[in-house]
Amino acid sequence: MKKRYLWLALIALSITSVFVGVKNITPLDLFSLTEAQQHILLVSRLPRLISIIIAGVSMSIIGLIMQQLTRNKFVSPTTAGTMDSARLGILVAMLLFTSASPLEKMLVAFVFALAGTFIFMRILDKVKYKDAIFIPLVGLMFGSIIGSVTTFFAYKHDLIQNISSWLQGDFSMVLKGRYEMLYISIPLVIIAYLYANRFTIAGMGEEFSTNLGLKYKQVVNIGLILVAAVTSVVLLTIGSIPFLGLIIPNIVTIYMGDNLKKVLPHTALLGAVFVLACDILGRVIIYPYEIPIGLTVGVIGSGIFVYLLVRRRAFA
Amino acid sequence: MTLKWKFSLLAAASAACALLFIFWNVIGSWDYVVPRRSLKIAAIILTGGAIAFSTVVFQTLTNNRILTPSIIGLDSLYMLIQTGIIFLYGSASINMLNKNINFFVSAVCMILFAGLLYRFLFRREGQSIYFLLLVGIILGTFFGSVTTFMQVLLDPNEFAIVQDRMFASFNNVNTDLLVLSVIVVALVSLYSLRFTKYLDVLSLGREHAVNLGVNYDHVVKRLLMVVAVLISVATALVGPITFLGLLVANVAYQFFGTYRHSVLIPGSMLISIIALTGGQFIVERIFTFSTTLSVIINFVGGVYFIYLLLRENKS
Amino acid sequence: MIEVKNVSKKYGNKTVVEPVSVNVAKGKITSFIGPNGAGKSTLLSMMSRLITKDSGEVLIDGVELGKSKSSDLAKKISILKQSNHLNVRLSVRDLVAFGRFPYSQGRLSKEDWVFVDEAIRYMELDDMQEKFLDQLSGGQKQRAFIAMTLAQDTEYILLDEPLNNLDMKHSVQIMKVLRRLVDELGKTIVIVIHDINFASCYSDHIVALKNGRIVKEGPTDEMIDTDVLREVYDMDIPVQTIGDHKICVYFA
Repeated sequence: MKKRYLWLALIALSITSVFVGVKNITPLDLFSLTEAQQHILLVSRLPRLISIIIAGVSMSIIGLIMQQLTRNKFVSPTTAGTMDSARLGILVAMLLFTSASPLEKMLVAFVFALAGTFIFMRILDKVKYKDAIFIPLVGLMFGSIIGSVTTFFAYKHDLIQNISSWLQGDFSMVLKGRYEMLYISIPLVIIAYLYANRFTIAGMGEEFSTNLGLKYKQVVNIGLILVAAVTSVVLLTIGSIPFLGLIIPNIVTIYMGDNLKKVLPHTALLGAVFVLACDILGRVIIYPYEIPIGLTVGVIGSGIFVYLLVRRRAFA
Repeated sequence: MTLKWKFSLLAAASAACALLFIFWNVIGSWDYVVPRRSLKIAAIILTGGAIAFSTVVFQTLTNNRILTPSIIGLDSLYMLIQTGIIFLYGSASINMLNKNINFFVSAVCMILFAGLLYRFLFRREGQSIYFLLLVGIILGTFFGSVTTFMQVLLDPNEFAIVQDRMFASFNNVNTDLLVLSVIVVALVSLYSLRFTKYLDVLSLGREHAVNLGVNYDHVVKRLLMVVAVLISVATALVGPITFLGLLVANVAYQFFGTYRHSVLIPGSMLISIIALTGGQFIVERIFTFSTTLSVIINFVGGVYFIYLLLRENKS
Repeated sequence: MIEVKNVSKKYGNKTVVEPVSVNVAKGKITSFIGPNGAGKSTLLSMMSRLITKDSGEVLIDGVELGKSKSSDLAKKISILKQSNHLNVRLSVRDLVAFGRFPYSQGRLSKEDWVFVDEAIRYMELDDMQEKFLDQLSGGQKQRAFIAMTLAQDTEYILLDEPLNNLDMKHSVQIMKVLRRLVDELGKTIVIVIHDINFASCYSDHIVALKNGRIVKEGPTDEMIDTDVLREVYDMDIPVQTIGDHKICVYFA
């Protein structure tokens, strides 16, 4: 997979994305935009495009980081309880601080996501039997437990439907003024890029990294903070996009091997391309209505994940 | 405490809970209240027993004490079916639709799903059970995505009905279905009886079991199917209680401190019955329905699970 | 006698064991030696039905493995693999008692317990028979597992690297027990073993494997030879006779 093709696909899909929608805008109109069209472009279409790209890039990259840190190909925010912990955090924020601003909610979600991921890492330390398949299984069990706690409180306060609609991944709600928090993940992704090699070494284990003169704990903590922060930002602005952080890095490493520095740009690009494609698909299939991204990625993603699993087994 | 004492204690406790539930504070006609409550208790005993049995068996087959059988996607499939019916035919349909038909559709779909999953995954030799579980969970997430999508589109009144189905409830079990479930569960348990002697050996893992002459693949496939049928019937009858099995199986391991299934299985069944009848009694009579039992059980089971994970292998 | 005829195994498109044929004689200790990845353990697992073979046959006393009932085979042949991590908490005595499962199906008779007691005594585990496995050292645990295979009372005993993780004293102790089992009780033992000096001192017959093929097999005396070993290990190993034993000096 050449980077060039990914760029081409990204550009082509971005252009398509901008011109797909209920209000008809063609590329030719660009030169003679009516005020209404200009408004739609600036308030809805472009923010949507930007948020898709940011979400796709950042979720894929933190997925890759988690896989490096745990040295397990099947760990991601969806399969390690991060997503579910963030969700619990948002619920807690909704219940305790009813008037909280989105940023405050994000902070609470972040704290929960971080705590959840830490607990998962501690569990990993304890699990002796480090089977590649067993670990995501523990993570998913852990996630569904956190989910049951969320349900417990949501049920008591009659918020179940509210929370599930709120957290379903959906780009149609992205409008100017409501998505800018997503920009927070840009610096985070840059930090991730700078730290990439260190995450790989930390993944080899504490003794190994100490031997190479790496501050193991510090690096792992930075990694987990990045993961938790990006997950909660995306969850709060877009909603949950299951499996994104799992399948993109896996597809890339199948072609490119495991050298993180080399793999990172591809992962970022493919993530953006994949989410864009899914989003366009969701907008076209039942036009003029939309299928939310959470569903499209959930369906396509689970298919790809099962395929990856079967494939991995076949070549084991 | 000797084994006999432990069993007597559990049996006494479960009988006490059941009697308390039936005869506590009967207001109005005994002829009406007592049979109704007895029906409820029967449903509780049936589902509690079936879930406990299948969880212990499942954990032995997977050699793992932190897994629960419904994670292979059965609960999510059940929710998908329930949501789907309301989504497609409207809330009126679920009341119109014969309860028995709903039960059949749900149970058959879940059993078929489990059967197909096993079939697909056991086709190749040397497939690990964990692989099967992971694929099941992924499919569960897939069902979950579709369910969420439909739920979001439902209007709040219709959603309220779906929400009722999200949590197990013993309140609307009817006699026909109960009798049918008892028959199915009894037949399946009878069938599985011939495999129970292998359970102790299976807990040593595949290699030891094969060495000791167990026809491993044959036995495991059949036991997994037994587990799937029991869980499907229990879920279709009352709704999902995902973490009940996890909770009671582990309490049983702690309480009895043995590997012998001849002790663990009846023990965990009794504990399960105590948890459900006792829990239902408290929820219904003391909290007076402010929340459903299965939400609490999932919550308690969940917290206990995290405790288990953090404690696991500490010794 | 165990006859292995053209047995092979592939994982994906990687061949682990090429079609190999070998006979294991009754009443002898046969050692499988060879470098890492030679296919020794895989072959042993196929001989004991733990994994299926892609081609060929394994005959035990003239009957093909696949044609006998697994429960009958368990009275004839036992196998112990090298990693024995259990998820259940068992006492030594409980574990050894599992060896009687093929005969008792879980309900042990008086006679079964006699076998259990004998196996425990044979492996010198009397003092610790009520202890739990997770309280034992590596060597004690290994002895407990061997005791279980003894209680199984099979004619053929297959052991995959029984000396793994054991210190010198316990290694010697276990090899001596195996020797006694053959000499006193007439068992037939096949072991996969890495230390060629143990193979040299204790086995009757040696089968050398490399890259999924049998390089050479023969009586121990013929096999412990510089030329043969060079072919197997790609290194020059001088052999010296010390007392009655041929010792390979491969350290320098």
